[in-house]
Amino acid sequence: MGHVMEANAQVNAVVNRPRRKLIIEKQDRLFDVDWSALWEYRELGYILVWRDITVRYKQTAIGVAWVILQPLITMMIFTAIFGIMAKMPSDGIWYPVFSLTALLPWTYFSQAVTRAGESVVVNAKIVSKIYFPRLWLPLAMVVSPLVDFALSMVLLFGLLFYAGIPLTWKILTLPVFVLLAMLTALGLSLFTSAMNAKYRDVGHAIPFVIQIWMYLSPIVYPVSLVPERWRWLYGLNPMAGVIEGFRWALLGRTAPDPIVMAESLVVLVLVIIAGLVYFRQMERQFADII
Amino acid sequence: MSDIAVRVMGLSKQYRIGARQKDHGTLRDHLMSNLKSLWRRNGHSTSSISGDSGKSSERVVASGAFSALQDVSFDVKRGETVGIIGRNGAGKSTLLKLLSRITEPTRGRIELDGRVSALLEVGTGFHSELTGRENIYLNGTILGMKRAEITSKFDEIVAFAEVEQFIDTPVKRFSSGMAMRLGFAVAAHLESEILIVDEVLAVGDAAFQKKCLGKMEGVAREGRTIFFVSHNMSAVTRLCERAILLDEGKLCLDGTSHEVVNAYLHSELGTMSAREWSDPLKAPGSEVARLRAVRVRTMDGQSTEKFDIRKPVGLEMEYDVLKSGYKLMPGIMLWNDQGVCLIDSNEHDPAWRGRVRPPGRYRSTAWIPGNYLAEGTMFVSVSLDTLDPLVGQFYERQVVAFSVVDSCEGDSARGDYAGKLRGVVRPLLNWNTVLNSENIQAEPVVTEPQRRC
Repeated sequence: MGHVMEANAQVNAVVNRPRRKLIIEKQDRLFDVDWSALWEYRELGYILVWRDITVRYKQTAIGVAWVILQPLITMMIFTAIFGIMAKMPSDGIWYPVFSLTALLPWTYFSQAVTRAGESVVVNAKIVSKIYFPRLWLPLAMVVSPLVDFALSMVLLFGLLFYAGIPLTWKILTLPVFVLLAMLTALGLSLFTSAMNAKYRDVGHAIPFVIQIWMYLSPIVYPVSLVPERWRWLYGLNPMAGVIEGFRWALLGRTAPDPIVMAESLVVLVLVIIAGLVYFRQMERQFADII
Repeated sequence: MSDIAVRVMGLSKQYRIGARQKDHGTLRDHLMSNLKSLWRRNGHSTSSISGDSGKSSERVVASGAFSALQDVSFDVKRGETVGIIGRNGAGKSTLLKLLSRITEPTRGRIELDGRVSALLEVGTGFHSELTGRENIYLNGTILGMKRAEITSKFDEIVAFAEVEQFIDTPVKRFSSGMAMRLGFAVAAHLESEILIVDEVLAVGDAAFQKKCLGKMEGVAREGRTIFFVSHNMSAVTRLCERAILLDEGKLCLDGTSHEVVNAYLHSELGTMSAREWSDPLKAPGSEVARLRAVRVRTMDGQSTEKFDIRKPVGLEMEYDVLKSGYKLMPGIMLWNDQGVCLIDSNEHDPAWRGRVRPPGRYRSTAWIPGNYLAEGTMFVSVSLDTLDPLVGQFYERQVVAFSVVDSCEGDSARGDYAGKLRGVVRPLLNWNTVLNSENIQAEPVVTEPQRRC
């Protein structure tokens, strides 16, 4: 046990970090997100993302190839069923390209909603034993599927190249649509992840809701198929805007209505603020109810 | 800069009873718990039936909330080492969870001057698929360390945990001891001014426990403030100059650790194996029946604190029946020092079953057979209910205690093994070994000779 003494002898000087007095008491302010604590723990967000990505493909034979394989196979199935058998119109675009441009942002979205929705419950052990800003849990899980998404874009670019579809300046707007998808996933997950801590029903409902949502988004069919008088309602689905945006930026289809886009952005910001309030309210009880 | 590192003022924490029982609140559970609390409020049952050590009637307030901590106040100076003791359910863990910001107080406030780290469990957040190296970063970050900080202490952590050769192996291939050492090593290198440690020393082999204690002593010498919660009284007196005793959610003693530990042991174990209530007015009970004495005794009638593991243990309760016309059901519960309820048994003496007991003094004794309990300290709770309808008359939690020792003569369940045995009970099983055949081609087996007692 020689090195024990050594470890003890190496006296760790108490850190000269700026000290701040911390007051713990019952909070009843409605909106009290502690941004400075969130910032202080930024490395936790990073490490949660890193853990999620690292662990995901451990002990798999083909590893990251799954990221390509999943949308590829889904695209093939959609093409066979909707494109060839059902003869679904695709605004004159080759069906595989048509469906894959929608599938990739959608896959990201459904992954983000699923992982973020269960983020608090999955980490119950840490939540009930250690303090940290719990907001990092859903935040990190909205970010981490972006890596899968970025990798799967390789598949899409390959397919575009094969189909001879040229890339234009419009591709530079893609990050805007990705951000919109992230905000949608975050807004929803702030509610679901917190609610899931109390009512595990949420965990059962999420996959189901995502499936329904998929058919309410223009993935296997074009928006032009939606009757004119229902379009405004359809526009309330931010993912419809995201997918339309992707098709516009990559395939040069009709641009999504900027007014509808702005509308859904405003709605999203409101949803996120409400979500933050809800999450903070629930967060106080996490350790007690989880 | 003030001298006070931690100031706790009027701190209270209430739990909804449903929430404390960890129901995951599906809507159905929600309805059920509402029904249950309604039932409880109507007084059809005393909390004694559920046998939860924490739920004395006083702490369950009318709204169906459970008061885990009630109006606790104290100050801790910079560099002080404070032990927090109390029996299970006294509110120790709640206090720690409040101090470490895991949960929020219902009332009162805590002022913390300095960075706080809590070590409520070793290796929290370890991921079994990740390597030792990766887990050091993961665990360290979750505990609030910066990446650069971890990197600079990395070698020190690995050396302390003694896992150098396995550092790039997934933790799932680690033995539980290795994983635990690694967990403690990370936490031990946290550079916070206020450190909160819960029972981590309860695990691990003796050598590692010693090492952990040594490390904590080192930390204390550096002038950091430490809260240390433990059932290990010798560790508390060794590490802490000061101790706080909690009971039923209230702070009941605050003083030097020797003082407080002595008081605690006396109240817990000083009376040990017998307690009597000479004044009937102060005895627990109701107008129907009163408890007069509880004793632990041997077959030959002696009240003793130490029991040979092979000998039967008699748990005896004496009570007065004051009103006629009641059918009675005395009950006895036995808890081990880990807070596990080992036995929950109600009297079923055929002589009295279904019969109304006339007033008078009764003595009911339950016999635990020899070669049944494991070694350690046991706490006895007694209760008395009247039947039809079921109404609790008294329930006294952990009133007497005794310890079970194994004299290691080879005829108990430990055989010739001298080390620590697991298991919450230790019955003498009927072992049977036969020599089937002498003619086999066996690989030569090298056996390590076992230590004899």
